[in-house]
Amino acid sequence: MSYPKKVQLPLTNYNSTGLNLNKSNLLVLYEDMLLGRNFEDMCAQMYYKGKMFGFVHLYNGQEAVSTGVIKLLNPTDYVCSTYRDHVHALSKGVPSKNVMAELFGKETGCSKGRGGSMHIFSAPHNFLGGFAFIAEGIPVATGAAFQSIYRQQVLKETEDLRVTACFFGDGTTNNGQFFECLNMAVLWKLPIIFVVENNQWAIGMAHHRSSSIPEIHKKAEAFGLPGIEVDGMDVLAVRQAAKQAVQRARQGDGPTLIEALTYRFRGHSLADPDELRSRQEKEAWVARDPIKKLKKYILDNEIANIGELNEIQNAVKTELEQAVKFAISSPEPNMSELKRYLFADN
Amino acid sequence: MMAHVGRALTGVAPRRAPLAATVRSLASPMPSSPLVAAARPQARGAATITCREALNSAIDEEMEREDKVYVIGEEVAEYNGAYKVTKGLLAKYGDRRVVDTPITEAGFAGLATGSAFAGLRPVCEFMTFNFSMQAIDHIVNSAAKTLYMSGGKIKVPIVFRGPNGAAAGVGAQHSQDFSAWYGSVPGLKVISPYDAEDCRGLLKAAIRDDNPVVFLENELMYNQSFDVADEVMDKDFTLPIGKAKVMLEGSDVTIVTHSKQVGVALQAAAELEEKHEVFAEVINLRSIRPLDTATVCESVKKTSRLVTVEEGWPAFGVGAELCASIFETEAFNYLDAPVQRVTGADVPTPYAENLEKSAFPSQNDIVAACLRAVDVSLP
Repeated sequence: MSYPKKVQLPLTNYNSTGLNLNKSNLLVLYEDMLLGRNFEDMCAQMYYKGKMFGFVHLYNGQEAVSTGVIKLLNPTDYVCSTYRDHVHALSKGVPSKNVMAELFGKETGCSKGRGGSMHIFSAPHNFLGGFAFIAEGIPVATGAAFQSIYRQQVLKETEDLRVTACFFGDGTTNNGQFFECLNMAVLWKLPIIFVVENNQWAIGMAHHRSSSIPEIHKKAEAFGLPGIEVDGMDVLAVRQAAKQAVQRARQGDGPTLIEALTYRFRGHSLADPDELRSRQEKEAWVARDPIKKLKKYILDNEIANIGELNEIQNAVKTELEQAVKFAISSPEPNMSELKRYLFADN
Repeated sequence: MMAHVGRALTGVAPRRAPLAATVRSLASPMPSSPLVAAARPQARGAATITCREALNSAIDEEMEREDKVYVIGEEVAEYNGAYKVTKGLLAKYGDRRVVDTPITEAGFAGLATGSAFAGLRPVCEFMTFNFSMQAIDHIVNSAAKTLYMSGGKIKVPIVFRGPNGAAAGVGAQHSQDFSAWYGSVPGLKVISPYDAEDCRGLLKAAIRDDNPVVFLENELMYNQSFDVADEVMDKDFTLPIGKAKVMLEGSDVTIVTHSKQVGVALQAAAELEEKHEVFAEVINLRSIRPLDTATVCESVKKTSRLVTVEEGWPAFGVGAELCASIFETEAFNYLDAPVQRVTGADVPTPYAENLEKSAFPSQNDIVAACLRAVDVSLP
């Protein structure tokens, strides 16, 4: 059995210590990543207790990408995700208790219990899903960006262009829809950021076995948009790359592709035996935990002390305990409403 | 019509062989109660296999028999299959014949179809048939229509296979049943097996068939075990495509269904006999296209009542097609009651457990439909 070529850690193109972030921003980033990590761990617990069912795809290890990109967006900006969507939703502001209730299949879930883990939607937070099929979210995200341009050019709205961030994985970049949308986004200068979370694996398919050119950011060149490779375990590096991309999009210069090199600490889903990834590989990536990295940065630079960080940790734990309580005590959907939400007028 | 009224009440007996044992042996899963196990008739055969093993052995034997047969799809090789149906094949046949693809359904289904145009015999796996929607252009336009469009010149001996329909809690985009959509396409053969015997015999037949075949498995059946006769394990065992099987004979109402619901229908038949003295005949369609209308027709002429059962949506579905087909035959004159269609609910599959359960046919639904069919003609 062949193991993937050793990934050349890109060594960030951006000097993360040069970023001028103030304390409050840094603590927001820290808390967001902690929330994501703890939420996913809670999901695993709940799944094994039978409270959650079906397909559950956890995000552990990739938090720097979600936090690094989404925390730069405005509430009116859009995010589109895949089946690995819990943490993207949380970063975008969807309350953890509503995501948890959704996973439990309750009426108080953000999709009223109808969607489940892979179909988190929230109109108020401009979170456009939540898709089961690889690449499905990319045209949808491209459409949200199209709408943004349309508002300005046709509807003559004067507010800033709304930006769309579209998240997907390495496996997706071999799918036709990816290429089709890169083309259209450049053609029409759409305000979109294509964020590739290259975690090296698509279920059991190693990236280099499925891709003729493993460097995904190079594919952007062929379509005429900038392609940036970044260390996906460094939230400040991701943030810096995303900052430039958001700026480009908002000033009407069109799309950017960011390839974040990252890793999922758990299997593809909770049903994946995860037999093909070597222990050495997993350990190497776990050692680069993005949360630990940011924590070290904060402490080393005396931006906050360990007491403050522990407080944040406790607050997150409390929030999640309450989310679970909320989910458990919430009612299931009403059986008489099986056919509700088929059409917009009912 | 007159001659058949009240037949259910005439007390002519016996209407079939001892029921409980027969039904329980046909309707897996393997019973856990020793009492029930003891009641099962001795299998004539040598083997007890799961549907997964049946499919795996079928593919294995056909690959051994014919070099041009190869397997292609996502995770079929190194991962041993997303649902382990292709387990062990990479080790045995190598990566030229068991091919892991990138995630690109339109691409690899089209590629497989093209290789069939050129003479190979691909077995193309969709991780679930939901993903076949990204490849449906090739299944319909490249595979199904080509023999016709080429005036009979270019054959397309391809099998598209994978799990179809609902699993458990996998949400709207992972639960669709495609029998009706593919069943409506001329040029395709569409198969929906129920048990291990169906899986083996029909998949082997499908791979040997020179036409494009859509083979709709069921994820929840993969682990189910069945006793099979010796002959089923023979390397050349095949079942005819387009022929339904009467699983259980009866005189009062005909239940026609396919795939996992065959098991549920058999349980419903047991309940109908034990609690209501209604003897249902259960037909396992096995094939959606060609649809074995003749077998259904003969059954309806005997029972004069028809209940169709499917997990797919009601509109334009398998049940709708069965109704229309039966009305167009002489069986129409034998019907004593309107046909009852039991189908999945007309909604995208909900995630919440309680809603999902109510979105698919249950044993109660089938029993109720049969009772409606039978009661309607009471004087």
